[in-house]
Amino acid sequence: MSKQVEWRKGVLRSVRDLTPDIRLFEIEPEGEFVAPTPGSHINVGVQIGERADVRSYSVVGPCTDGLYRIAVKRLPESRGGSLYMWSLVPGAQLSISTPGNHFDLSLGRPEYLLLAGGIGITPIYTMALALAHAGAKFRVLYACRSRQDMALADAMREHVGERLQMFLDEEGARVDHDSEIARLAPGGELYVCGPIGMLEAAKRAWQRSGRPVDQLRFETFGNSGRFATEAFKVKIPRLGMEVEVPPNKTMLETLETAGVAMISDCRRGECGLCALYIIETNGTVDHRDVFFSDEEKAENRKLCTCVSRVAGGDITIDTADRAA
Amino acid sequence: MTEARPFPLNAWYAAAWSHEIKHELAARTICNKDMVLYRRSDGQVTALEDACWHRLLPLSMGHLKGDEVVCGYHGLVFNAAGRCTYMPAQKTINPSACVRAYPVAERHRLVWVWPGDPALADPSKIPDFHWNDGTEWVGEGGTFYSLKCDYRLVIDNLMDLTHETYVHAGSIGDEAITSAPFDVTHTDRTATVTRWMTNIEPPPFWAKQLDRPGEHVDRWQIIYFQAPSTVVGDVGVAVTGTGAPQGDRSQGVNGAFLAAITPETDRSCHYFWNFVRTFRTDDEQLTKDINKAHVNEGKGVYDQDHVVLEAQQVAIDKNPRLPFYNLNIDAGALWARKLIDTMLEAEGGHPVHIPSEAAE
Repeated sequence: MSKQVEWRKGVLRSVRDLTPDIRLFEIEPEGEFVAPTPGSHINVGVQIGERADVRSYSVVGPCTDGLYRIAVKRLPESRGGSLYMWSLVPGAQLSISTPGNHFDLSLGRPEYLLLAGGIGITPIYTMALALAHAGAKFRVLYACRSRQDMALADAMREHVGERLQMFLDEEGARVDHDSEIARLAPGGELYVCGPIGMLEAAKRAWQRSGRPVDQLRFETFGNSGRFATEAFKVKIPRLGMEVEVPPNKTMLETLETAGVAMISDCRRGECGLCALYIIETNGTVDHRDVFFSDEEKAENRKLCTCVSRVAGGDITIDTADRAA
Repeated sequence: MTEARPFPLNAWYAAAWSHEIKHELAARTICNKDMVLYRRSDGQVTALEDACWHRLLPLSMGHLKGDEVVCGYHGLVFNAAGRCTYMPAQKTINPSACVRAYPVAERHRLVWVWPGDPALADPSKIPDFHWNDGTEWVGEGGTFYSLKCDYRLVIDNLMDLTHETYVHAGSIGDEAITSAPFDVTHTDRTATVTRWMTNIEPPPFWAKQLDRPGEHVDRWQIIYFQAPSTVVGDVGVAVTGTGAPQGDRSQGVNGAFLAAITPETDRSCHYFWNFVRTFRTDDEQLTKDINKAHVNEGKGVYDQDHVVLEAQQVAIDKNPRLPFYNLNIDAGALWARKLIDTMLEAEGGHPVHIPSEAAE
């Protein structure tokens, strides 16, 4: 179970660009340092225009020197957290949490396959270092668009050598999930962090292999979908409302701001509490959650409003409100 | 791991006797962590966090289905790695749904758990407790579960045996213990107290075991502490003048008291004890008698310690500002505490002293 995290102040000590759009931040927390475990994240208070919000970023490396390192990809199309982070200069005062972990690495398995896509390298990098340190048997498969997008690859290779294998889109390289999973020792585990397309492909291949579901571990990050992020309209006939979800806000946030009573918990597409019924859509629902199964997503009866979006059209939904 | 606490977490602690852990759920609190233990069908033991990920009901109130634990509230299922494998009324499983799985090892007829950082859980660090294996040394012990005192009070008790004279008069106590000199030595993980009492009349227990009426004996107590909390006392008597202090114990009887003391909370512990011997090893009646001499409805020697230890904790709690004063006889206990504190500092914890601080 992940421990309750505590908020505290922190100071940005330095920044360093790992790639043209991935920046490493070194943050010194005030008070006692709580050491992160592999797979951990910290929460950072961000300012989006007038609005205070929170983003979670995976911790990069073991951080044994008392500084938290996080890497943030600049995503101009997204909700604004990354642009805020990129506006910071050393010396900036931050509000940060102690580490939490939704993506624990279990030691003692016969073998590990680590699969990272793009910025998903951050927890995978930390896991690879921990496994190398523990003398475990493992391989890392790291997929990126191009050579210039490879963050942390050189640093990782220093620790793990030939156990790191790169797959670059620009070279036409693709991870063959089925054959990679087939090579994994029985009882071995697959850890995945990357865009939803990669995660879904890995999940399907894992299912085809017949291996136990609990030995596939993954972390979701709700920013990525199969379609580009764009604005869309949401009609709610029951409430006689129509709202527009801008690219930099989630549907859940937009509904909440508009005064629609909502419940939610994880807000990253895992728990399913914020899901609403779809009445109709003239676009395509970009299901970005991991709560619904493939079959349920294909049925399009509901969507997780915290992460999922609509591409190329608008959507009409129903809420749980029965007073109106 | 920065909170103030009296015990290191990066250590192996005895959680149960091997025979106690069967294919059923058993709850234990170790170092303030609630755990549920069970033996899987392959014979291995699992220790999971004893709180369902969903609504925190103790998993020990659920049941086993195969080698997985079914929560007794909403039926979530967790496997031996602590991962959820079933959630009601949904097609997928939330990937963050896990309970912590603690490293477990079985050795020396005990189940040991590691409540700290799993990456550091090396089974080679399990304390040497081979006296308890039931092979060369023979005896059947027991456990005081939830003994109401700080585990270090038990260590204090065992590291200085002058208390035998007063707490255990009439069995193993003897005035000679209080007058014999002793030596204390240590390494970075162990402390040893050695006391020889030469040419004395054996106390009643030992006179009976030796069965050499009228003979004087040389008596030894060599107490071996392994940080953070196991104590083995090599004890016995041999006929005076037959060379026991020089290493020849052939004209004597040799036993060992064994203690694996596991913090349950800051103010309670589980005390796994045994008394083993190398003499009359196939005498099952003697095994029973010795067990009974230690714990016997309040009349055994360990029952006597139990009363003292719990009363001592009550007094400490009532007088939180009063210091402990130390005597010469406490050297072994002080070395033990120093080694515990060193372990605590190494993992970034702050030692908590009982009482609150030593006298200045």
